[in-house]
Amino acid sequence: MRFTKDHEWVEMEGDIATVGITAYAAEQLGDVVFVELPAPGASLKAGAEMAVVESVKAASDVYAPLSGEVTLANADLSDNPQSVNDAPENGGWLVKIKIADPAEVEALMDRDAYEAHLRSL
Amino acid sequence: MRYLPLTAADRTDMLGMIGAASIETLFADVPAAARLEGLIDLPRQASEAAVERRLSALAGRNRAAGAGPFFLGAGAYRHHVPASVDHLIQRSEFLTSYTPYQPEIAQGTLQVLFEFQTQVATLLGLPVANASMYDGSTACAEAVMMAARVTKRRKAVLSGGVHPHYAASTHTLAHAAGVKTQRLVAAIDDEAAVIGAIDAETACVVVQTPNVFGTVTDVSAIAQAAHAAGALLIVVTTEAVSLGLLKSPGDMGADIAVAEGQSIGNALNFGGPYVGLFACREALARQMPGRLCGETLDAEGRRGFVLTLSTREQHIRRDKATSNICTNSGLCALAFSIHMSLLGGEGLRTLARINHARAQATRDALAAVPGVEMLTSRFFNEFAVRLPRPAAPVVEALARRDVLAGVPVSRLDPGAGLDDVLLVCATETTLPGDIDALASALAEELRPT
Amino acid sequence: MTLQSVGRPTRAEFQPQANDGQARPDGRIGQGLLQDEPLIFERGRWDVSGVDFDLEGETFDESDLAGLTRAEAPALPGLSEPETLRHYVRLSQRNHAIDLAIYPLGSCTMKHNPRLGEKMARLAGFADLHPLQPMTTVQGALGVMNELAHWLQTLTGMPAVALSPKAGAHGELCGLLAIRAAHEARGDARTTVLTPTSAHGTNPATAALAGYEVQEIAQTADGRVDLSDLAAKLGPHVAAIMVTNPNTCGLFERDIIEIARLTHAAGAFFYGDGANFNAIVGRVRPADLGVDAMHINLHKTFSTPHGGGGPGSGPVVLSAELAPFAPTPWVVHGAEALELVEHAEGAGAQAFGRMCAFHGQMGMYVRALAYMMSHGADGLRQVAEDAVLNANYIKARLSGVLSAAFPDGPCMHEALFDDTWLEGTGVTTLDFAKAMIDLGFHPMTMYFPLVVHGAMLIEPTETESRREMDRFCDALIDLAAAAKAGDVERFKAAPRHAPLARLDETLAARKPRLTWTA
Repeated sequence: MRFTKDHEWVEMEGDIATVGITAYAAEQLGDVVFVELPAPGASLKAGAEMAVVESVKAASDVYAPLSGEVTLANADLSDNPQSVNDAPENGGWLVKIKIADPAEVEALMDRDAYEAHLRSL
Repeated sequence: MRYLPLTAADRTDMLGMIGAASIETLFADVPAAARLEGLIDLPRQASEAAVERRLSALAGRNRAAGAGPFFLGAGAYRHHVPASVDHLIQRSEFLTSYTPYQPEIAQGTLQVLFEFQTQVATLLGLPVANASMYDGSTACAEAVMMAARVTKRRKAVLSGGVHPHYAASTHTLAHAAGVKTQRLVAAIDDEAAVIGAIDAETACVVVQTPNVFGTVTDVSAIAQAAHAAGALLIVVTTEAVSLGLLKSPGDMGADIAVAEGQSIGNALNFGGPYVGLFACREALARQMPGRLCGETLDAEGRRGFVLTLSTREQHIRRDKATSNICTNSGLCALAFSIHMSLLGGEGLRTLARINHARAQATRDALAAVPGVEMLTSRFFNEFAVRLPRPAAPVVEALARRDVLAGVPVSRLDPGAGLDDVLLVCATETTLPGDIDALASALAEELRPT
Repeated sequence: MTLQSVGRPTRAEFQPQANDGQARPDGRIGQGLLQDEPLIFERGRWDVSGVDFDLEGETFDESDLAGLTRAEAPALPGLSEPETLRHYVRLSQRNHAIDLAIYPLGSCTMKHNPRLGEKMARLAGFADLHPLQPMTTVQGALGVMNELAHWLQTLTGMPAVALSPKAGAHGELCGLLAIRAAHEARGDARTTVLTPTSAHGTNPATAALAGYEVQEIAQTADGRVDLSDLAAKLGPHVAAIMVTNPNTCGLFERDIIEIARLTHAAGAFFYGDGANFNAIVGRVRPADLGVDAMHINLHKTFSTPHGGGGPGSGPVVLSAELAPFAPTPWVVHGAEALELVEHAEGAGAQAFGRMCAFHGQMGMYVRALAYMMSHGADGLRQVAEDAVLNANYIKARLSGVLSAAFPDGPCMHEALFDDTWLEGTGVTTLDFAKAMIDLGFHPMTMYFPLVVHGAMLIEPTETESRREMDRFCDALIDLAAAAKAGDVERFKAAPRHAPLARLDETLAARKPRLTWTA
């Protein structure tokens, strides 16, 4: 699993990346009430806005960690947005992306680097 | 000064306690160049009695609608509001409370909003409604913006029967955001033109019924045409009482319904404050602008109400909000809700039927006046007539005889080429004597000299 | 993505608990002077109406509307007059209000609402007047608009005013649209609006609505606009800055004249958010600070009632350069009488359009004018002085126990605290606010402005007496001591003495129920 400084995680399987927000981010947000996801087929550029995660008191933008095309959005989140709180790095995943450039994955932080980043906040 | 509780002694003590030499110390950050040493050139303070005299004198220079025959509509309507309504909205806890940010101590306001939303949704025939907008015209503008967001298209078609002020307000908001509004030529009845104007770029079609000329339309055909093209139908109602008798916008296929609620619970007030009603289909609820009140439970399991889905709004979403709205029209929505609670659905229907009957009687009387041509065949309580001369001077002449005859279309839309058309409205407050006075005054005024 | 934690209870489903002695929705349980009150849909009857009509001899023929009428009356209940009175009086008792106690909401200016305004607004000559009556029949109403315009222009030093915006945020949009029109007339369309990080959410939301991109200006350590950051961000692409002064931290922008100068030098306009005008009315004119457009919240400084959330009114004063672009309508002196310019032709040729139907919030104009006439120039100056004095008094009394966000120097009309003083107590700003409710006080504004952590913004206004402020401060000092002493449970369980306990906002957002269903 790899991470961005904006608290997204990426899990690779071949050229498909599963993306979500980290436990830290989910905790900061509080109870998630709604998630707005891109439609399958949408094309993304790394760093662009990809999704919005809403809690009662805030709405946070989630940025695409990688460039590519959305293959799947987590449909379960429309009925069960709390999965993002319960299992942010697992069942609470947001989208799957067919990536355009494997080098972008290499540039992301590993878990140790991400945890160091968290300690610095 | 009667509104300022601090005494001179208080001020001295408090300054001492703060450690400030004088009040000027507290204003030290104001640049010297901008500090006013003396008083601004305006009158000094005045007693309540003096203010009352001045304002009463100004009020006395207006001809109140109820002081004689009165036939104006065109977006603002004179109805009888029961005495309880105005009494209740002046209760301290309604009048001087604020937006319910602390729901535990604002359940009065919140429960009223929930009831209001339910009443509005029922009247408009759609499942969800918000806690009110400023007025019908801004509600219409916001509906178009919502349709653009939902469909991701940038064109809105406005029927030629939409109130010109509503069309103009919508254009103002849409234009700023890069949404094009196409306003069709002013027409008594333009269903075919509206359908013809829909294409693959159309985000929404805006149709008013009863429209500004009074025409009542079943917009189901327009709904079908819009939906076939992937566009939304927005239905506008300026006379809320009509909702008691006519098919609801939701029943006719509207995706978003907006209305002016002034007719129920609120006085004419020379144009404001009014109250905008806004309802939409379930699937669109999260895209609705304005405040929303929702049901929930408290920590003890008791039912209560809170503002909800507020992450769409300006204080959270800031530059990505659904709109920039901060206030709703709370007290006017309360007045609407109280009046609606008194009326009930049956009462509103009866009220609507009386309105229609009075308008029919007015139409019959005017149809008998030589030179007057009826233009609207299907109307609720307002219709358009063509006069043999420009209508505005006729209205002025009748006003000098203390008869307020209606609204000349040229007042709303000088470029429409309809200078000889007059909009006439009757409500339950219209008496047979008023109708006679209008007909005879008009007959005299139109008599060839 | 930094957010304040929520601290509210939540549950997964709507499962009302049957607790003995707890209020139920069927109206059986009261408590002292409070009555439980169900929804009208649970109380009213479907064939009842509390309104009588004179139907004798009335016949209805709706054949001309065949196919256009609804099959049945709308499915809404009616109530008799006595039941209606009870319903709403019972509900009213569940609201806090200015008429009950200090309502110290920072940024909202919750001052006393003079009842004279209510009486004047209800005079038949104002209330029973249609906006489209011939102008000869409404000279008094146009006179009110004209006089209000005169007061607003004179108090602000600005030559023109657009009266029609229906609320503050609506006024912000009006101001920005006038600015956009002015740039377009110069042939110099621009793309960006700058707002401070402390700005009220309506500022960036309005800029986005007006078609602009928004960029933020940094804040200095002492809570003001960072001039060097502003200078760096100004450029030929910037249409306007939006600045509130005093700002949302309750501080006067000392460098405001330089801010205006830099802005103008870059060819941009200075939009002033007038939400905090109460601090300077009668003592400072925005025109002298370099403002080009500014909305005035009549429901703040000029005390039109807040009404549970509205209606408001947001007229916008305008510079000479922006005045031609003002939206229709406005009042002018015609040959013999006052008239309204309503269309974008002739005198109104450059108007950018119309903000709304008709002429604006006349009911609020009458109330605001009654307020202005009552206070006069001397009274209004006293208003600003007492508002600022009261806020500083509260700041001085509370600074020993709460942590002022900007302790050095005076504040203006509102005092800002952060949650540093709560560190280590386990009590949050939210918890503290809920415990204030148990003492009978409406909490201050919480978590705004966003630039301060756990913000608490207190604005007493000038209509609070010393005694009421002391009562308030004494209570807060005791409460703060309890928080520091570790009495966490008291705060987490609060409020216990309000009609309801903390409400589940998560459930309300996850499973929205926005209307009653059978």
